[in-house]
Amino acid sequence: MPFFLRRIATLSSSIFAIVTFNFFLFHIIPGDPIRLIARTQRLNTEAIAKLRTSFGLDGSLLSQYFRYLSKLLHGDLGYSFFYKENVSGIVGRALGNTFLLLTASTLIVVTCGIAIGVFAGSRQGKKSDTATVVSSLILWSMPTFWVGMLLVFTFGVWVGGLPISGISTANALYSNWFQYAMDIGQHLILPTVTLAIVDIAFFIIITRTALIEVMSEDYMLTARGKGLSRRTIVWRHGFRNAMLPVLTASALYISALVGGAIQVEVVFSWPGMGLLMYNAVLARDYSVLEASFLLTTVAVLVANFAADMLYRVLDPRVAVSK
Amino acid sequence: MSRKDATLTTHGFKYFLRKLWRDPMGRWGLLILLITSFVAVICPIFFPFDPSKVGVDASSILTGPSQTHWLGSDELGRDVLRQFFSGARISLFVGIMATIISTIVGSGIGVFAGYYMGRLDGFLMRITDFFLVVPALPLMIALGAIFGQNITVIIMVIGFLSWPRTARIVRSQTLSLRQRQFVPRAKSLGSTNLRIIRTHITPHVMPLIVANTILVVAGCILSEATLSFIGLGDPDRISWGTMLHFSFVSGAIGRGAWWYFLPPGFGILFIVLGFTLVGHSFEKITNPRHRGES
Repeated sequence: MPFFLRRIATLSSSIFAIVTFNFFLFHIIPGDPIRLIARTQRLNTEAIAKLRTSFGLDGSLLSQYFRYLSKLLHGDLGYSFFYKENVSGIVGRALGNTFLLLTASTLIVVTCGIAIGVFAGSRQGKKSDTATVVSSLILWSMPTFWVGMLLVFTFGVWVGGLPISGISTANALYSNWFQYAMDIGQHLILPTVTLAIVDIAFFIIITRTALIEVMSEDYMLTARGKGLSRRTIVWRHGFRNAMLPVLTASALYISALVGGAIQVEVVFSWPGMGLLMYNAVLARDYSVLEASFLLTTVAVLVANFAADMLYRVLDPRVAVSK
Repeated sequence: MSRKDATLTTHGFKYFLRKLWRDPMGRWGLLILLITSFVAVICPIFFPFDPSKVGVDASSILTGPSQTHWLGSDELGRDVLRQFFSGARISLFVGIMATIISTIVGSGIGVFAGYYMGRLDGFLMRITDFFLVVPALPLMIALGAIFGQNITVIIMVIGFLSWPRTARIVRSQTLSLRQRQFVPRAKSLGSTNLRIIRTHITPHVMPLIVANTILVVAGCILSEATLSFIGLGDPDRISWGTMLHFSFVSGAIGRGAWWYFLPPGFGILFIVLGFTLVGHSFEKITNPRHRGES
C-alpha cells in the first residue's frame, strides 16, 4: 500500500522537523540555556561545567543534537528542578488526564454539534437557522478561559454545587473504585462543559455549511422527486455526504481543541498538559515546558494522521485518485 | 466563477461598505466595530490610565463600583474602567499588527505558490500544511516564554503563526485565476510574471484577502488574550487578556469581584464578534457561491 507508506513518511518527517525545531528552540536561541536553568548570574565556572554536562550542553552543537535525539528515543525527557523528578514521569501522568478531558468534550461536541448543525442546515434561512448561526458565532467569539472563569464564578462562588478545581477531592478516602470514579466524574463536568461550549460552535457552523452545500446537489433533487420523507433526505442522503468536509476540517478542530484544553486546565487546575505548561511558564521550568510542548505537538500530528486515514476509508473517491 | 467578479478596483471601497450595511450581519458587525474603535481610540485620551497610580491602603483594593471608581478597583486599587479603556487600545493594536504580518506572509506565499505552481508550490505548501497542523497555542506559549514578555514578541509570535489558512485560500484562488485566458495573453504581449501578478492576479484575489484578513483579526485578538491570560502578556502594556490574567491570579473570582473580570471578557467577546460578523458578511458578498443565502 504505497499511499499509506507515503503518509507515514510525511508524518515521520513532520515529527522529525518538530523534534529538531524543539532542539533549536530550547537549546540555542535563548543564548546560554545554563543561565536560564540556573536562574542566577553568580555561579562559578565549576558549577556551570557540571550543569552543562548533566544537561547535555557540552561539546559541539552536532554532538549535542545527536545526544538529544538518542535520549529522546530512550524516553528520557530530562530532569525538572522544580518538581525534583524526571520529566517523563510528570508528563506521563498529565497526558492521561488531558486525554480524559479531551475525550469527554469531543464526545459532546461531535454528537451535539452535528445534530444542531444538521438541524440548522436543513432549515436554511429560517428563523431557527439564523438564531443557531448567531448564537454559534457568539460562542465562538468568547475566549475559552473566560467561559471557564464565568462557570467557576457561577458554580463555585455564586450558586455553588459543583467542584471547580482539580481532578478529585483533596484527601478524600474512597471505599471503592466506583466512589472514586464518581468523584472524578463530578470534577470533570465543568471543564468538559467549558471546552464543549466554545468548540461546539465550530462544529455547528462547519456541519451546517457542508449540509447546505450537499442539499443543492442534483441527487438531493432526485431524492425529493422520489418522494422520500424529509427525514430520510436529510439524514440518509444529506448528512452522510456532509460528514466528509466535516472530517476534513478536523485538523483545525484538533488544533483548536488542544488550545482550548490548555486554557480550561489552567482555569480549573485540571492536572493535565496545559496546567503543566502554565506552571512551567510561571516557574520558568524549561525542561518541563520543552517536553510538554513536544509531546502535545507530536500527539496532534498523530491524531491528524489518524483522521486523514479515516477519511480515505470513508471516501473511496479520494483513495482512487490517490 | 464569472468574469464579473467583484473586485476592489472595479467597484471601490464604497460599494462594499454599502453592501455590508445592507446585510444585517454586516451592519451589526460594523456598528460593533465602530463602538469598540471609539472606546479604543477616543476614551483613553479623556480617561488616561496610569499603572503606577496604586491605591493608598488595603481598603481601596478590589472595591465595587462607586462614585470615584465607576467600575470598581483592581487588586492594586487602580481604576478598572480606565484600565478597560486602555486595554481596548492594546488588544486592538496587537490584533491588527499581528494580522498585518500574517496577511503579508500568507498572501505572499499563496500568490507565489499558486502562480508559479510546480516545485515551488509543492515546497511552500509542505511548509504551510506543517504549520496548519501544528497546534498554535503550545508553540506560541513556548516562543513567548523563551523570548520574554514584550508586546513586540507577542505581535511577532501571533503574526508569524497565523498565516497558513490565508496562504491556502489565496493559493487556490490564484491557481484558478492562473488557468484563465488573460495570463497567456498578457505574457504574449510581453508582460513579466511579476507584472502579471501585480496587475492581473492581485486585484482579483484582493476581496478574498480582505474578507480573510477581517476574520484573521478576530483570531489574533483571541490569541493575544489567551497568551496574556497564560501570563505572557507585556506587564507594562495591560491588554484585556492581561487584565483577566491579573484578575484570575489575584483571586477576584473567589471574592466575587465581577466588575474586574466581566468587562474585559465582554470587551473581547464584543470585538471578536464584530470582526467575525463583518468578515462573514464580506465573504458572502465576494463569494458568489454564498450569494442568495440569508
